[in-house]
Amino acid sequence: MTVVVAGVSVWGPGLPGWAAARSILRGAEEYVVTDVSLPPPDLLSANERRRAGLATRLALFVAQQASDMAGTRPGSIPSVFATSNGDGAVVHTILEALAAHQPVSPTQFHNSVHNAAAGYWSIATGSQQPTTCIAGHDSTAGAALLKAVAEVQAEDRPLLLCVYDVPLPPPLDAKHPTDGPFGVGLLLVPGQASGGIARIAVRYANSTSAADVLPRLPALQGLAGGNPAARLLRLLETLARGVPDTLSLSLLDGRVEVRVEPCSPAVTFSN
Amino acid sequence: MQPLCLTATTVVSAIGCGMTATAAALRSRRGGLRPCDFGDMTDGYIGRVDALDTHRLPSTLRRFDCRNNCLADLALHTDGFASAVAVARHRYGADRIAVILGTSTSGILSGEQAYQARKPATAQLPEDFDYTHTHDMFSLADFVRSALDLHGPAMVVSTACASSARTFIDAYQMIASGMCDAAVVGGADSLCGMTLRGFASLDLISPVACRPCDAERDGISIGEAAGFALLECDGNGPALLGYGASSDGHHMSAPHPGAVGAIAAMRAALATGGLSADEIDYVNLHGTGTRANDAMEDIAMVEVFGAATPCSSTKGWTGHTLGACGILEALVACLCIEHRLMPGCLNVTALDPDFRARVLTDNEQGAVRRVMSNSFGFGGINCSLIFGTSVGE
Repeated sequence: MTVVVAGVSVWGPGLPGWAAARSILRGAEEYVVTDVSLPPPDLLSANERRRAGLATRLALFVAQQASDMAGTRPGSIPSVFATSNGDGAVVHTILEALAAHQPVSPTQFHNSVHNAAAGYWSIATGSQQPTTCIAGHDSTAGAALLKAVAEVQAEDRPLLLCVYDVPLPPPLDAKHPTDGPFGVGLLLVPGQASGGIARIAVRYANSTSAADVLPRLPALQGLAGGNPAARLLRLLETLARGVPDTLSLSLLDGRVEVRVEPCSPAVTFSN
Repeated sequence: MQPLCLTATTVVSAIGCGMTATAAALRSRRGGLRPCDFGDMTDGYIGRVDALDTHRLPSTLRRFDCRNNCLADLALHTDGFASAVAVARHRYGADRIAVILGTSTSGILSGEQAYQARKPATAQLPEDFDYTHTHDMFSLADFVRSALDLHGPAMVVSTACASSARTFIDAYQMIASGMCDAAVVGGADSLCGMTLRGFASLDLISPVACRPCDAERDGISIGEAAGFALLECDGNGPALLGYGASSDGHHMSAPHPGAVGAIAAMRAALATGGLSADEIDYVNLHGTGTRANDAMEDIAMVEVFGAATPCSSTKGWTGHTLGACGILEALVACLCIEHRLMPGCLNVTALDPDFRARVLTDNEQGAVRRVMSNSFGFGGINCSLIFGTSVGE
């Protein structure tokens, strides 16, 4: 059974949003890492914008962009949020406070939960839709895509998948080096839906040689291995190019196999 | 939904190791809370698992060594759980059983210890601190998958205090879509400075043993627990009959005062189960013992069930085991059905006079066919699960 990708978004080094990233991912434009800062999340109130960390702002940006592309009102459908590191800056601040026997900030504490971005998303959009939040270390992208597609199929309803990771601050960064920030949003709808960008079929396969299929562009291959969310770069390339593809995402000693078929050209998203 | 059978279960908390010990504690109203004696922290009461002090991981899994994975390992080797999974592994194949586990803080206690052990000159963390296999969220699922010799899909679900409750829903969707044939669900959360000091910063730690639904309730007691269930499409024993999830969309750490999210999750659980409110015999509340949560949940109870359906919280026994409370209380629900028992809230002197739901303060015996279990978390995440006996029993 397949599901349809009805919206896609990205934010990463040199990939500031889908509109700009698309021509780079197609190979039509050179990949250049530029210093562009993440736009402020206009969904959040001024108060929450001040409290939300980079990981949350990244997640909200790609979540909103993917929703907008699919013409889906933000927060109107269930979601899966996935991140390996969560908000490492918040965790670091609390660990420092604990080690120094200093008080823990209550705001930092409630921001330290792994589902902080999902919480801010539901607050920002006034959503009462279900959400789940996945962690899978370097297997986060594969685990999250498998789970998201399973939910679309089991519940037969659209879903927003948001995969994001930002670097850990020192000294934690030495324990899980992470490039970035990098975030991906995918708006997935049940397979009978018309239109959309591509159809994908996903399955788990046990494998003795589990490995992520690398992006085609050599310039992106380092980034794909340097941030758990950037492992989706090959899929993003495939969606940008509108070509069929079979790729895999590692999940511990197994892999998540993804078959991609572009939707007919007449309805392919163009921008 | 197609009911899913809990064909093997195990639970460890402050009231005992295993389903039998847990049932005995509930029946005899013997709680497990005591004054906090964890590290240098002395605020309030905690639910501590003493057996952890002597439990060690097998040498082949030593890289996962941390309090949280030790607690998980203790549960895996209680109630014959690991053996039951081994049988299922032969039946389905090791790659067809998913490991979907919930935790809110995983092995972060190891991170706390590593920060304390930093060298002042360099501020670097100790070389022997294995972040990936201890502190990292995913380490719990990676560890349990390794310990059970499984090779299927794995993920950690971390939705704060709704984490392990949510694993039932994620596993149901994985099985229903054919991504796997069976799943190990549940999870573990263990005592650490992060949560003991974090909840203290929010003024949510009660100075006495927590007393959910009491007029004078003044906060939570934090506990630790691990529990697992093997979910299969066929089998005997208790079954997951319905599930519901929602978001409050209101506040990161305060529940919606009108209980809109809780009501939505509870109604969704009835809807997926094809059940009406009067088919639920007892509701195991999230019932943390904070002013706000319990008042909110009373509103939700009355809205969904009216004032007649018995309900109570068992956190007076175990403390609030945070990300593990979903599996702990799911298995309490199964024990209620098996033992025809509705455990009344512990530590209550006088019920909150504003409450209108039928909150039990003493144990009652009687037919318990279906139980709803509620779990709510920071970020405004709500999960309701319904358990009953599987079809044919």
